[in-house]
Amino acid sequence: MVLTDKRTERPPVRSARRLTRPDAASRGRGGQRFLLLGLILASVYSLFPVWWLLVAATKNRTALYQSNGLWFSGWHLWENLHQVFTYQDHIFLRWTANSFLYAGVGSLGGTLVALATGYGLARFDFPGRNVVFACVVGSFLIPIALLTLPLYLLFSAIGLVDTPWAMLIPCLINPFSVYLAKVYTEATIPYELLEAARIDGAGELRIFFSIVLRMMTTGGATVFLLAFVNTWNAFFLPLTVLRGKENWTLNLGLYNWSGTRMESGIDLTGLVLTGALLSIVPMAIMMVAMRRYWRTGVTLGALK
Amino acid sequence: MIRSMRWKGAAFTVPFQLGFVFLYLLPIGYAVYQSLFREQQSGLGLGGSTTEFNGLDNYAKGLSDSAFMGSILRVVLFACVQIPVMLFISLVLALLLDAVTSRVAGRFRILLLVPYMIPGVVAAIMWVNLYSPDVGPLTPLGELFGFHWNFFAPSMVWPSIGNLLTWHGIGYNMVIIYSALQGVPRELFEAARLDGASEIRIARSIKIPYVRGALVLTGLLSIIQMLQIFNEPALFRNVTPQTVSDSFTPIMIIYNQAFNSGNYHYAAALSVLLALILGLASFLFYRFTSKEAD
Repeated sequence: MVLTDKRTERPPVRSARRLTRPDAASRGRGGQRFLLLGLILASVYSLFPVWWLLVAATKNRTALYQSNGLWFSGWHLWENLHQVFTYQDHIFLRWTANSFLYAGVGSLGGTLVALATGYGLARFDFPGRNVVFACVVGSFLIPIALLTLPLYLLFSAIGLVDTPWAMLIPCLINPFSVYLAKVYTEATIPYELLEAARIDGAGELRIFFSIVLRMMTTGGATVFLLAFVNTWNAFFLPLTVLRGKENWTLNLGLYNWSGTRMESGIDLTGLVLTGALLSIVPMAIMMVAMRRYWRTGVTLGALK
Repeated sequence: MIRSMRWKGAAFTVPFQLGFVFLYLLPIGYAVYQSLFREQQSGLGLGGSTTEFNGLDNYAKGLSDSAFMGSILRVVLFACVQIPVMLFISLVLALLLDAVTSRVAGRFRILLLVPYMIPGVVAAIMWVNLYSPDVGPLTPLGELFGFHWNFFAPSMVWPSIGNLLTWHGIGYNMVIIYSALQGVPRELFEAARLDGASEIRIARSIKIPYVRGALVLTGLLSIIQMLQIFNEPALFRNVTPQTVSDSFTPIMIIYNQAFNSGNYHYAAALSVLLALILGLASFLFYRFTSKEAD
């Protein structure tokens, strides 16, 4: 109504322009198409490498080198998978299991520690609280090399290098998880509830395990998911602290395979590509299954 | 009651504190300590070696080490090009998403986030092969249009890595900027439209200033990551070791000093230097961008 009134008062040219852009939904068709075109182009850029990988994993070696990379040529996916899993005495299975062990168990432990710490920081006032929180935030700036090299020396002094512990122990302490847990606690655990539980005579540990943890399921899931992805993607730490093939992660194994051509002339390109596709699958499943959680995690991550 | 409560609260953070001391403070202290020594070969190198105090000599050596300083300069110059490009694309995509209906935005957001789901090492493996003249589709595609590009040539390695990082990073940065955009009060747009502002004008004068904080933040995170870049050049090195040397980036030098040359003391000094440079860069970036905002 307001718009029509104004239109009668003002010169027609300007009002016409104004009317074509009242809001996003009813904006001019040309404008919408232009926006969509931009988004489609960006999506093609994002997706075509994944599509190419998918297609490459279905090809045998000749087709990989000779056919059009963006379209299928023969169906050899099962053979490729078989080859990946059996090559070097099923070592790929071992690497997959290792990745799941480090990412799964490590992140679970790390999430528990983070939730307890986040809760302690968010809902108690104790001497040194600010120091602990300053450590959490400050450690975002510490380069991995500064931590990893001395950690390697430390671990080798106590005989942990080249054991799963060298990967699992560092997962327990994750400042970013602590930060997230603190933010989630502040958003979900009201002081009144804690007071009520205390008046009812519940001990602090009991409050934490049976009330706080239960209310923090969503926050805990996000913290776990992001820690899992982090560990799954880790490269510098495993490269430094794991020496023997049998303890490697998927990433290390694929890195090693992709380098063999230079060293020995054996071409493992097909294996590397199929293996790379396989190592994405668990990430994709987790991300899709937990879409709701990780998006808030990503956004919160930006607020740190 | 109150007193004991305080200590109970502190108790929840004890596992973290212990772990932090063991996994963060102790290693950093140890690195600083180690950086003050050097390995001294006795005799002709046959009689084993002794460790002797070296003061700040390792740091002086690091600061005058042309390979190390060169690698930092290389990464910084690269960051000055790649990060603005990546953030600009992310910003444009976030603005596009913000301008379409929420149903359309939801669909495209998932598609644009696909690269972010892919582990860094796997992303590097994918692109190294996409670039490869043997198996990748990009070389024949170039031939089709008359380009004879070689993605691993010395002049092309950084653009190639830059494209990989941009591809990997735009989704994540777009989500952060987009969620900041969602916080802009919608009435502002209505008011601006009534005043006759075009959509582009609204984006420039309202939306972009509003997401400045998100841009500063994504920029800061990108700088921190970039100074520590390791995975991508390491994977490129597998294919083209003559172009991507083992001293291509600071972390590669530190890794090689420690594990291939067995020079822990020097590697420790370099990693402390890198930490200081990282802190300084973050501080300067933060100061510079927040001053501009005033």
